[in-house]
Amino acid sequence: MRPIPIRFALPVALGAMAVLVMRNKSRAPAPAHPPDSAPGRTARQHWFGDYLVTGRTVTIDAPRQTLFDMLRDPARLPGILSNLQDMQAIGPDTWRWHIKGPLGQQIEAHTRIVEERSGESLAWRSTDDSPLDTEGKITLRDAPGGRGTELTARIAYRPPGGDVGHWIATAFRRDPHSQGRHDLKRLKMLVETGEIATAAWYKET
Amino acid sequence: MRALTWHGRHDVRVDTVPDPEIINPRDAVIEVTATAICGSDLHLYDAVIPGMQTGDILGHEFMGRVVETGRDSTLKKGQRVVVPFTISCGSCLFCKKQQYSACDNSNPVDTQDASELMYGHAMSGLFGYSHMTGGYAGGQAQYVRVPFSDVGPVVIPDGIEDEKVLFLSDILPTGWMAAENARIEPGDTVAVWGCGPVGLFAVQSALHMGAARVIAIDRHPNRLRLARELGAQVIDYSQTHVLEALMEMSGGIGPDAVIDAVGMESHGFAPDNIADALKQKVGVGADRAHALRMALMAVRKGGRVSIPGVYGGLVDKFPLGALMEKGLEVRTGQTHVQRYTEDLLRRIGEGEIDTTFLISHRLGLEQAPEGYRNFHDNQDEWTKVVLTP
Repeated sequence: MRPIPIRFALPVALGAMAVLVMRNKSRAPAPAHPPDSAPGRTARQHWFGDYLVTGRTVTIDAPRQTLFDMLRDPARLPGILSNLQDMQAIGPDTWRWHIKGPLGQQIEAHTRIVEERSGESLAWRSTDDSPLDTEGKITLRDAPGGRGTELTARIAYRPPGGDVGHWIATAFRRDPHSQGRHDLKRLKMLVETGEIATAAWYKET
Repeated sequence: MRALTWHGRHDVRVDTVPDPEIINPRDAVIEVTATAICGSDLHLYDAVIPGMQTGDILGHEFMGRVVETGRDSTLKKGQRVVVPFTISCGSCLFCKKQQYSACDNSNPVDTQDASELMYGHAMSGLFGYSHMTGGYAGGQAQYVRVPFSDVGPVVIPDGIEDEKVLFLSDILPTGWMAAENARIEPGDTVAVWGCGPVGLFAVQSALHMGAARVIAIDRHPNRLRLARELGAQVIDYSQTHVLEALMEMSGGIGPDAVIDAVGMESHGFAPDNIADALKQKVGVGADRAHALRMALMAVRKGGRVSIPGVYGGLVDKFPLGALMEKGLEVRTGQTHVQRYTEDLLRRIGEGEIDTTFLISHRLGLEQAPEGYRNFHDNQDEWTKVVLTP
């Protein structure tokens, strides 16, 4: 056998080492990641099957019951949910919603309340005939240090238009993540200050 | 009404715009009787603060007479008030902790996204200071809508003229908080970078709080003269090696506390500053932090760093090693104005503090663009411009 020319020796040695290192790495057992304390909605993976999961927690300086009663009062919701076009009762604890979507689209959902614990939680799910497949839950718990209530809103939904639809909605900030975040801030302002901040300095006519 | 509006870099104009009205229940409308151009307005004038839009009304140092009140305002028509530049709801977690400039509820929801992205959290609303902080119409105008008028405005008793109290809106509390953040102890040497209005008030406040020695750093002879008249020793950085001088003037120890009253637009031809200036020219987001770097190098081991100067973006070549290895303490932030107004108003009333020495020029609102140009181009003579609409 002819000896390997010296000019190839170094690359060959490095290559061999790289192969060994990689083999070694692939043989090492995958490190187990025990579940951490973070809520599932903050996982790097937002998709759970066909569903996107999002949620947000906000601390509001008010008792749980006050917040619950506000959210349970249909008359209060249009002032808080900025993309709500209209809502209508279509059955016991069942509502039809029209929501502004991206690019002038309108999104319709029919939801039914599936869990209600006064002052603690409120959950809803879309009915079988609902154009939008979604479910959500609001939970209320006392914030530490007398800071009021930690309100968490969670929404799982099958985005109309799948991935692409989700990207478009996100780009126009009409996805539930941005919408929800904004609406919770609006709720917080209303409860804590009695008004919703605006920089307008004259009324548009 | 007439108002000073922003149209781009070095382009401000007095325009006719709609009169303000009561929009929310806690609002008041103020007829402005005096307003000032702030050093931080020059950052807007230089277009280094992101989030400005054509037509934005500037001005966050103003006072006036109440002409209209909303249902839940505690003000009364006819009262004279000074309005803090920070808009604060008074009831959120931060306001309750007297961290008024961190108010959670005063920046409108739609304009919170930008600062959440840039800083990790949404900033509070400020008057006339870009859409990052709400896009609120400012006070270099005949009238202003004042949100949360039951929290911010300080009612001024008759008999104290406007010029004595106008600076309660920003620069006086800002200089005061800068000195407070320096946690001055008896015997301390305090170095202050920048002898603009905030730097000068920081000098005044530091002496008030018992500093044995205050050293003020600038290059403008007139500004250095004002600092000297307040009782400071001065360093002209165009003539002197600042770091060496500070060591010599503090007994070889270094200043116990340093105050950066310069902020994001440091001047001078130090190599780091030339690189910063180039980056700032290319786009907003890069700050010129030469003064702060120097302050971190100058301060003694275990010393205190107070930063009232405004920064908005990113810096590099930052002496983080000096910060850690010397065990420094850093305190900064937009001023929690409402925390200080009552105390400072009393001190003004009792003649303990006088701020009128600062005013170099008085102009009508219509001459505001000229005021901006001169305040920017001729910093030596133009130390503070007060406008009367």
